[in-house]
Amino acid sequence: MNWRGRLGRRLANLGVRGIGLILFLALWETAPRLGWVNSTYMSPPTGVARALYLLFLRGELVAHFLISLQRVVVGLFASTLAGVFFGIFIGYFRRLELYLDLLFQSFRQMSAFALFPVFILLFGLGELSKTIIIFWASLWPILLNTCSGVKNADPVLIRSAKSMGASRSFIFRKIILPAAAPEIFTGIRLGGSYCVMAVVAAEMIGATSGLGYLVLYSQETFSVAEMYAGIVSLAALGLGLNFVLHAIESRFTSWRRDIRTGE
Amino acid sequence: MLKVRADRVGRCFQIRNRQGGRDVLSVLDDFNLDIREGEFISLLGPSGCGKSTFLNILAGLDDFDQGSILVDSERLKKRNFDRGMVFQSYALLPWRTVLQNLEIGLEIRRMPRRERRETAQRYLQLVGLSAFAHQYPHQLSGGMRQRVAIARVLAYRPNLLLMDEPFAALDAQTRESLQIELLRIWEADKKTIVFVTHSIDEAIILSDRVAIMTARPGRVKKIIDINLPRPRSEDIRNSLEFARIRQAVWLLIRDEVGKTEQSQRIRA
Repeated sequence: MNWRGRLGRRLANLGVRGIGLILFLALWETAPRLGWVNSTYMSPPTGVARALYLLFLRGELVAHFLISLQRVVVGLFASTLAGVFFGIFIGYFRRLELYLDLLFQSFRQMSAFALFPVFILLFGLGELSKTIIIFWASLWPILLNTCSGVKNADPVLIRSAKSMGASRSFIFRKIILPAAAPEIFTGIRLGGSYCVMAVVAAEMIGATSGLGYLVLYSQETFSVAEMYAGIVSLAALGLGLNFVLHAIESRFTSWRRDIRTGE
Repeated sequence: MLKVRADRVGRCFQIRNRQGGRDVLSVLDDFNLDIREGEFISLLGPSGCGKSTFLNILAGLDDFDQGSILVDSERLKKRNFDRGMVFQSYALLPWRTVLQNLEIGLEIRRMPRRERRETAQRYLQLVGLSAFAHQYPHQLSGGMRQRVAIARVLAYRPNLLLMDEPFAALDAQTRESLQIELLRIWEADKKTIVFVTHSIDEAIILSDRVAIMTARPGRVKKIIDINLPRPRSEDIRNSLEFARIRQAVWLLIRDEVGKTEQSQRIRA
């Protein structure tokens, strides 16, 4: 297929997938205009778009967006490093996993939001406790997925390499790690979406910047359109992050692309 | 020349019994087998008789508790570059292309990149899959995957080739054509092959000798020389001599299969 045909198909595909979104926007636009809901609390999308534009002109939108993005990236980066490192370590030494699994499962269930007061007590109201809440929220899916990926590496692949005299380090680098890669990436993507959730909570308590702050502050000052603008920007941040992580993932696991249609 | 000498090898596993206590399950006991340099020998026996366990021990993937195993007159090493194993489940790396899969053994040997690539291509051609060099394993059929696995182990050039029921998961036609193909490849360079199977026909068609094992604990019950002429083709199945050997092997193995079934019935 030539590029034009491919582009056309992609656009058509996007159009089909956008049907739900377009209908939703239409409903959202109509409802306050026809008085189905109180327009004081519900700005229509056009109003939100205008607020977005004005926020952008004032430079606030980009500033808030960038600060949120920075927090997410820093937190996710830290949790990816720690999660992958410890996940590999724990998955590789199975005995360790046995001892730690219950503890980690408990930690994973422990909401980052519930722990936020604790982090504030320990690390103050500044940037550090915000990073830590994001770190905490995204660490567990990454760590546990990495752990299970390493653990679930197909034993016959390892045995096959061993029979040919492969060293432990060779088996680890060339068999176990690539075998675990898909699960590790799933964990990172999951962690990414938890990061976006956690950053909102972090910015709603004791912050003076960020999209979460924008949402809360606008609500408190009854700038309803701006509040929705903040919410929409947060959705965009989440979508964008997921898109980037997905792109990285499919670069590294391209061999799986047609595995579902393959057999 | 003797390639492998297994002398009174014993292997047992600890298992839990129904009362929660521990039982010792003896898988190999007083297992004796001499494998000659360059021969194609099959281990044939009822399921659970320990034939795969012996193969795993030879591959350095499992330990043994008693006796001794000499390979090339030296004690069996757990890790060396002389063996290669083919598994029933292919054991191909799903994230590597066919060609890259062939290279893995050469990477273990630290062969330089270019030489690696050339060797891999040569062996891929040997099994007639050059056109699929850049496909991934999941894009191939089962028979093709096993040919890739065989090419991989051949490219590694081991002196001792271990095959653990490599064709058991394939359909009958594919299995038969792969048997002949394996013979064609093996006859070109006559590496020692130890082949585990539970198919009598397969063992006879392929092997110089067939070692028939007893039910668990496994021991070599009898070794049968297969004096069918080589090179062998599909037609050999129809020969009188083949039928005669088949009958003899069947009689030997029937009792052992019966014993296995009996012991299973007692347990159940």
